[in-house]
Amino acid sequence: MNYLINCINLQKNYMSKKALIDINLKFQEGKIYGLLGPNGSGKTTLMKIFADLHKQTSGELVICDEKPSHKTRAYVAYMPTENFIYGWMKVKESLGFYADMYADFDKEKAIELLKFMEIDMNQKVSSLSTGQRARLKITLTISRKAKIYMLDEPLNGLDPISRSKIKECIIDQFDAEGVMIISTHLVNEIEQILDEVVFLDHGEVILAGETEKMRLEKGKSLEEIYKEVYGHA
Amino acid sequence: MDFTNDTPIYIQIMDKIKSDIITGKLKKGDKLMSTRELAVALKVNPNTVQRVFKELESEEICFTKRGMGTFVTEDDQTLALLKTQIAKEKIAQFVEGMKSLNMGFEEIINKLKAYEEGKL
Repeated sequence: MNYLINCINLQKNYMSKKALIDINLKFQEGKIYGLLGPNGSGKTTLMKIFADLHKQTSGELVICDEKPSHKTRAYVAYMPTENFIYGWMKVKESLGFYADMYADFDKEKAIELLKFMEIDMNQKVSSLSTGQRARLKITLTISRKAKIYMLDEPLNGLDPISRSKIKECIIDQFDAEGVMIISTHLVNEIEQILDEVVFLDHGEVILAGETEKMRLEKGKSLEEIYKEVYGHA
Repeated sequence: MDFTNDTPIYIQIMDKIKSDIITGKLKKGDKLMSTRELAVALKVNPNTVQRVFKELESEEICFTKRGMGTFVTEDDQTLALLKTQIAKEKIAQFVEGMKSLNMGFEEIINKLKAYEEGKL
């Protein structure tokens, strides 16, 4: 088995606040992972460390057999929750911008995906709706030829059609030699897509494993398990 | 397609394909959707669909032609067997349900007849 991410006793502190506590996780090639938990549970911090945008305070992290560096950044396509595309650009300029930033960006693929996403190449980014902007973000991220794809809250606050299109895009574009990590708290939207799930709470992994196994053992949907796990919140 | 939590998703998808074969929605020799197409259509993980095809193949209900896709078997005997097998499962479920109502075999038969005649 080939693990593309391996973290051992990973810890992250912001001043005196502990954002991540003793995280031990492995992410295997060819699988889609769900990173679940309420706001503030550490999902984004963990993804940012994987993307080498943050450094852990202690513990070890290996990305594709290497220590995180500018080199491993090239293996990771990370979609943050923020709007990272300039509003003054046209959609087609944003493709050029991404192609300049990332050598692995496949512009042809992005153009094709934008058709599926029903986004007009000549529209200004600032004039796109929230749903369209989310669809553009995911198109740009997935059109990179990376090994690890991380999508931070790809479905949050979107209309049903955008959610549906994004889900189809995730399934269709999933690369069997890569890893996909999706953070969300909209569990029922996505539970059939996830091979494995990691539940985070206050910076700790409180439950992790195969989705199907968990569902069968508890006789509950992932969403019900989620409610059970975070019932106190 | 809606999924329940008491059976693995791959088995639920297998059952759906089997029932499509029996009802004739899928005919012998028909080509099935590709892994990716079916995953997108059902909005499930491609690995789940891959497992579905693997299991259907090991049950000899489907076969794969390299580079061409997965097809429904053309073997009549296998298809007849599949129908018998599913009928058996359905009957077992039904009988178990009736027995849980404390009904004996005779009574179940009588109820079945009455139902068929619209007298139940």
